Amino acid sequence: MELDSLYQEVILDHYKHPQNKGLTSEFSAQVHHVNTSCGDEITLNVTIKDRKISGISWDGQGCSISQASVSILSELLMDKTLEEAEVITQSFSNLMASKGTSAGDPEVLEDAVAFAGVSKFPSRVKCALLGWMAFKDAAVQSQGEMK
Amino acid sequence: MPFSVADIRKDFPIFERTIRDGKRLVYLDSGATSQKPWTVINAESDFYSKHNAAVHRGAHQLAEEATDAYEGARAKVATFIGAQVDEVIFTKSATESLNLVAYAMGNAHQGNRFALTSADEIVVSEMEHHANLVPWQELAKRTGAKLSWFTVTEEGRLDLSGVNEVITERTKVVAITHQSNVLGTINPLDAITKRAHEVGAVVVLDACQSVPHMPVDVSELNVDFLAFSGHKAVGPTGVGILWGRSELLAQLPPFLTGGSMVSSVTMTDATWAPAPQKFEAGVPNMAQAVGLGAACDYLSTVGMQNIRNHEISLTDYALDKLSAISGIKIIGPTTNVSRGSTISFTLKEIHPHDLGQYLDSQGIAVRTGHHCAWPLAKSMKVQSTTRASFYLYNDERDVDALFEAVVNAQKYFGRF
Repeated sequence: MELDSLYQEVILDHYKHPQNKGLTSEFSAQVHHVNTSCGDEITLNVTIKDRKISGISWDGQGCSISQASVSILSELLMDKTLEEAEVITQSFSNLMASKGTSAGDPEVLEDAVAFAGVSKFPSRVKCALLGWMAFKDAAVQSQGEMK
Repeated sequence: MPFSVADIRKDFPIFERTIRDGKRLVYLDSGATSQKPWTVINAESDFYSKHNAAVHRGAHQLAEEATDAYEGARAKVATFIGAQVDEVIFTKSATESLNLVAYAMGNAHQGNRFALTSADEIVVSEMEHHANLVPWQELAKRTGAKLSWFTVTEEGRLDLSGVNEVITERTKVVAITHQSNVLGTINPLDAITKRAHEVGAVVVLDACQSVPHMPVDVSELNVDFLAFSGHKAVGPTGVGILWGRSELLAQLPPFLTGGSMVSSVTMTDATWAPAPQKFEAGVPNMAQAVGLGAACDYLSTVGMQNIRNHEISLTDYALDKLSAISGIKIIGPTTNVSRGSTISFTLKEIHPHDLGQYLDSQGIAVRTGHHCAWPLAKSMKVQSTTRASFYLYNDERDVDALFEAVVNAQKYFGRF
């Protein structure tokens, strides 16, 4: 069933057992992003030291795609430099824009390639991107503060 | 003519197609927009192919025919809602109808009964669709008037216990929905209209979810303005209606100005044509208005009371059937009293967006999210819901399909 390409096991697993959920009290930047069309929301705390991500925590409410996506992101980007994180984020954005034509690069995206099927469902791409947009925003904000 | 869903479905060409690899279309999203019968599609198409010309201008036969068709549609809408013909204004949507009243009130100068100042109050409710909330918030900001509102009970009914405190001597306008687009609740209006008129306020009714589904007669409702959209009432998109009492329309300043709405124009000034022209600046949405006229004819032929009765029995069946699903919570009245056929619900384990996706894979179209009523979702303590909304072309088979698919979705998402 086409639906199975959307609801990969790894996605439902992260939805049921979210990683790094629960906000830390310390952070370099905190952002709150909302998908205005459905009301899904994510608060993301990012800690960056010496251009390296040393902490990601989040809280949120929403569908399995939006919540699993930020959960996977929180594992994937941990301990990465900002430059590495940018490569990964760009690769994920490209995958989401691929309309089902790309399987994603597992070397770069690891578990996040599970979202390849989402790109076939235009109305769900925004769900998958919610946490990633929040991260981009947080990264920019924390850099701004460092200057 | 006996009410037959099978016959009605034959009038709607969309039911000839299938969804997601050959599945029967189970369309449960009429609260967002309804499907269209051939008569409406043909009326709009015929206007373009046979009579198209700019109405109310042009010295030629086509202009005459177009004007007759457009004004004929106005008369049909008037009859449909029990109004006088010159009280019916064509807009592009119900959203525009509501904005028209709010902006026109904002245009009123001191001395006009509609003029608002910081001494005045505007009353809405927590149950409003954003279209009947945000324009009033903005009007309050522009004029300094205070915005206050009726709250909603846990069951999803308007809390009218403090009607005399919510509507005060300072209230100038009360904007309220007839039927909630999320909860299905049909609001009792008598206490509201009585108190509003007692203090000299006007009542603006958002009838988007009522006019398509039950007999609505403005001569009996005791409201002052009423808005609804064509596309939720088997009519075309791009056309809405604003009805207003003629004595009020005479005093209400215009919203949009320009051609067709003036009585005379000099280089520095203009005077207004009487309603409805005063509120219809520019070449109007003629084909859509004509299509809406055909929609009113279609609904009248089926019979609005027949549609209402059909939806009451379908709602009985659906509430009964859905309540049996484990983990389901119906958001809104669970008893079939003063409620329409819109049913919103949540499931313990499955987020509405995921459920909606599964239902779609089974050919079932529902709406998920906050349904453009964000404050209501917050007051009902839900982030989002799944909404099934029924109409004249739905039957028990559709309810059964929804029930089965929800149960199967629980199995599908419960597999890990």
